[in-house]
Formats: sequence, C-alpha cells, structure tokens
Amino acid sequence: MLDQVIFYLFSAVAVAGAILTVTRRNVVHSAIFLITALLATAGIFLQLRAEFLFIVQIILYVGGIMVLFVFVIMLVNLDVAVRQLRFARQKWVALLISLALAAQVGLMLWSTGKMPGQGVPVLSAVPADKLPPNSEEVAKSLFSSYLLPFEIASVLLLVAMIGAVVMAKRRA
Amino acid sequence: MLPIGHYLFLGLALFIIGVIGVVTRRNVIVILMSIELILNAVNINLVAFSRLYGDVAGQVFALFIIADAAAEAAVGLGIIIAFFRNRETVLEDEMDLLKW
Repeated sequence: MLDQVIFYLFSAVAVAGAILTVTRRNVVHSAIFLITALLATAGIFLQLRAEFLFIVQIILYVGGIMVLFVFVIMLVNLDVAVRQLRFARQKWVALLISLALAAQVGLMLWSTGKMPGQGVPVLSAVPADKLPPNSEEVAKSLFSSYLLPFEIASVLLLVAMIGAVVMAKRRA
Repeated sequence: MLPIGHYLFLGLALFIIGVIGVVTRRNVIVILMSIELILNAVNINLVAFSRLYGDVAGQVFALFIIADAAAEAAVGLGIIIAFFRNRETVLEDEMDLLKW
C-alpha cells in the first residue's frame, strides 16, 4: 500500500515535471522543472531499493549536470530567447512519432492480451529487509563482471572533459 | 515492488515527452534537457527490471548511462558555447550554415 502511494506520488511529479520542462518558455524554468523530474526519478529508484543509484542520481544529475546547464544558460543570452517563438514547426512530426510509439505499445498489449510482466515469476519477492546491501552488490558487479566497461567509461569521461574544454575555449 | 508494467508505462511516458521536446523545441539547451529526460526514462526501465529479476546488472548499466549522460551534457554544452560565440544564437533553426 505504502509502495503504491510512493510510486504514484513520485511518478506524477516526474511526469508533470517532464511536461513542464518541455513546454515552459523560460529556459531557467525548464531547468528547474527538469531538476524536479530528476529528483522524482531518484525517488522511484529508492522505491525500487536501488539506494546507490538514488544517491548517484541526486549527486551527479541534480548536483552536477544541472549546475552545468544553469551555468551555460547564464552564459548564453537569455532575454532574447524568451521573446522568441518557442516551438519549431514540427508539431506533426512530433505527433507522428508519439503516435507510432503508442501504437507499438498498444499492439504489444493487444497481441499478448495481458499487462507486461503479468505471469512473470517475481524472483526478487524477498522482503526489503532481506535484500543484500545495495552498494556492495553494485560494487561487486561493477568491479568484477563489468570491469572493462567501467574502464572504458572512465576513458570516455576523460575524452568528454578534454573535448568540452577545447570546445568552450576562446580561440586565440 | 509494483507490477513491472507500472514502471514500463512511467518510462514510456517520460520517453515520449522527451522525444516531443527534442522534435518540437527550438532552443538547443532545452533539446539537450529533453535528451536527459529520455536517458532517465531508460534508467527507470533498467532499474525496474533489475529489481524484478533480483540481478544487479541493470543498475550497473544505469550507472554507465548516467556517466554517458554526463559526458554528453559536457560536450554538448561546450559546443553550444562555441556556437553562441560565433553566431549569437542558440536556436536550432538558425543553425543553417550547411543548408542551401
């Protein structure tokens, strides 16, 4: 019961934040609502007992990436952009794409005749207090099975860091 | 946890909203934010399946996606700053140097 309340609360906040992110005229407002949506997603992660991702989502997304976004919004000229047209003339493309996605899901529901996951045995039906410590499990998996992707991700971050500095540097 | 369908539909809703943002908005910064929304929707699906099957690999992949989103945001915002310095705009339909 509590699970359901938490899930519906956080998902309502996430969807509302996402819609407002896409529709607000002021870019700073978009950034604030995106922060709301990302925090609500962090709540969903916590409800799914993924504590490590919950913390990473808050520190990295909300604390890191969004600060970067707000910083860039301050650097580029905001006053002009507020008065300009918000949407490009691609409403029909957007409608088409979202209808195609919805049609795919509808076809999937119609052809199987049941909700996704219905009838799938829930392997992790262990109560929450019997779950192994989440950070420990993630660390074990990350540093044993996924060691090579982990190293590649660190190289990717290095490349992105150098690339961002080179891009943003003022040409002499 | 709730049935997996709830999480899949939440992920689907966020994904579609993100796609609509990418396609319709003119401001490149908002387009980058919509891409973050899309990546976030994928993360919800990964973590939900990770919990469903009691396998932590989904959460590890969500971590990789978050690292990827950080890299993409850094490079994308760097490109936006460089472009703004040259052309004084952040609107995508004014980025038409290669168009004829």
